[in-house]
Amino acid sequence: MTQTMESQIKGKRVKLHDMCLRDGMHSMRHQIPVERMVEIASGLDAAGVPLIQVTHGDGLGGSSLNYGRGMHTDEEYLRAVVPVVKNAKVSVLHVPGIGTLDELRMAADCGAGCVHVATHCTEADVAEQHVGLGRELGLDTVGFLMMAHMTPVDALVEQALLMESYGAQTVYCVDSAGYMLPDEVTARIGSMREALQDETEIGFHGHHNLGMGVANSLAAIASGATRIDGSAAGFGAGAGNTPLEVFAAVLDRMGVDTGVDTFALMDVAEDSVLPMMAKPPRADRDSLTLGYAGVYSTFLYPAKDCERKYGVPARDILVELGRKRMIGGQEDMIEDTALTMAKDRGLMGHNSKGDRAIA
Amino acid sequence: MTKVKCAIIGPGNIGTDLLYKLMRSDVLEPVWMVGIDPESEGLARAADLGIKTSAEGVDGMLPHVLEDGVQIAFDATSAYVHAENSRKLNELGVLMIDLTPAAIGPLCVPPVNLEELISRSVMNVNMVTCAGQATIPMVNAVSRVQTVDYAEIIATVASLSIGPGTRKNIDEFTRTTSAAVQKVGGAGSGKAIVVINPAEPPLMMRDTIYCETAETPDQEAITKSVHEMIEQVQKYVPGYRLKNGPTFDGNKVAIFLEVEGLGDFLPKYAGNLDIMTAAATRTAEMFGTEILAGRMELKAIAKGLAA
Repeated sequence: MTQTMESQIKGKRVKLHDMCLRDGMHSMRHQIPVERMVEIASGLDAAGVPLIQVTHGDGLGGSSLNYGRGMHTDEEYLRAVVPVVKNAKVSVLHVPGIGTLDELRMAADCGAGCVHVATHCTEADVAEQHVGLGRELGLDTVGFLMMAHMTPVDALVEQALLMESYGAQTVYCVDSAGYMLPDEVTARIGSMREALQDETEIGFHGHHNLGMGVANSLAAIASGATRIDGSAAGFGAGAGNTPLEVFAAVLDRMGVDTGVDTFALMDVAEDSVLPMMAKPPRADRDSLTLGYAGVYSTFLYPAKDCERKYGVPARDILVELGRKRMIGGQEDMIEDTALTMAKDRGLMGHNSKGDRAIA
Repeated sequence: MTKVKCAIIGPGNIGTDLLYKLMRSDVLEPVWMVGIDPESEGLARAADLGIKTSAEGVDGMLPHVLEDGVQIAFDATSAYVHAENSRKLNELGVLMIDLTPAAIGPLCVPPVNLEELISRSVMNVNMVTCAGQATIPMVNAVSRVQTVDYAEIIATVASLSIGPGTRKNIDEFTRTTSAAVQKVGGAGSGKAIVVINPAEPPLMMRDTIYCETAETPDQEAITKSVHEMIEQVQKYVPGYRLKNGPTFDGNKVAIFLEVEGLGDFLPKYAGNLDIMTAAATRTAEMFGTEILAGRMELKAIAKGLAA
């Protein structure tokens, strides 16, 4: 007898984790005003969302020329948001190599209760110090394996075991490029579930570049994930994250218990999040290319900037970045690649000023 | 021709690559290599090359330092043991070139501040980090033209070129580099970002340097200064290349580099490791030239006074 999706997930309990104030920072080029953050976080909290992430899009310390400067510092955002959230835990993203341990201590001091320690899917061993500090600070500590489509299932499981050995209480399979299809999610989450200890939770973080955010998240729950990231109104890098209010509605119908008030969440998405952005994230040709070619979702806007500046189509730049196997954090290589392509295509001379390029 | 005799502490990849570079030097002569593992391949290789070896660490070499005339030692071990190694050898008048993150002595980036360090006759210099060696010359190339309020560097290295020590201590790596971007590079404040890329075949080291100038950047003077500085670094790292830039966007200057190693013992993509051993060799050669010319005298640091 065929097993239906509903029979595999009905009755499960799943924690939803909202990303619109962190991954959504990419959609807003890291310019969300503090009062908007406070309003949205309060709304999400009142809707019963148990975890809300608040950080620069690239995590603690991400405010930089490379990733874009934040309108406010991480500390300013956290000091404003944490006190207004009554039931939810505020979480932060922390990428070793970008953020430092001092910044994680600062976040804990601000009252953050959870940290996603993120590394590329093959480099978990740079996270040992940071996962260790997260635990020491009493944070709900997560090992967050990004671009998980770029490594075979067995290798991903090994990295997940490393994260667990450092003390991560939850390990994520992160589809940073929005590239995965449901069967790929099933294979990864299923194998992680088999290998990790029973008390270690498994999470999935999707991007909607191929429109698969909801389907992939269902596949993740069916294979053992108990934490799912999404974002109110789908705010997030590329074509955005799994739209959280849509996913909550789907889970309601399928009998999965999230504790979230779906109508209240819809209202936050519609009334507070959506009005912030002139052009909400969608799978335009460039975002779709991210998902199609397996490229890091946050490369989207800088690639569009380079298209304007150097006359090379963003889609071509993104495909080339994928071919060169660039990973999360290598935003500097977008302009470098665009410059090289512009030179090769005769759009500009060597060392000429970008803004004088003839497109 | 008389050469300055050198010792290498740590027979790993870095130590072995250093050994190959020293054997080619006109100024330096490697005579000792020490480690702590009798089974070490690095020690066996050094012994085959006619170098004296000991698996008893620095202590195994100490009784022979004076009779063998060792004047410069390279420490390629770890920050944890460097202080002791340095104290013991400084007491015997041996100059220490520190490739660990210990940074007891002043930070050294050869084309930026080596001359000044030699004039101060310091007995211990620290080689910062690979990211620092690759990027600080560029920060300085801009800051010597006009005031740099902020500099940010992004170093991307191949996964295979980053050992377990750096991985475990990546926070020290980024913080040491940030501090050096400011202190040695001459920026008002600094930030360092490190990315480890696992692509196969391995990517060559890439470095991006952003500087924000206080006033509108003098494009011509900065471009000229950058090219001149690249030539200085190419004297010891021939594969140090400008890929793109400098580009100017408001007060932001962007420089995109690639660093290819010489491929002595380490693979060519590991330009990050090569630039460390090459900078250390360059530093020792400059000190060595002064010693041979009688312009610098190494002084033993009395017991209890050494760092």
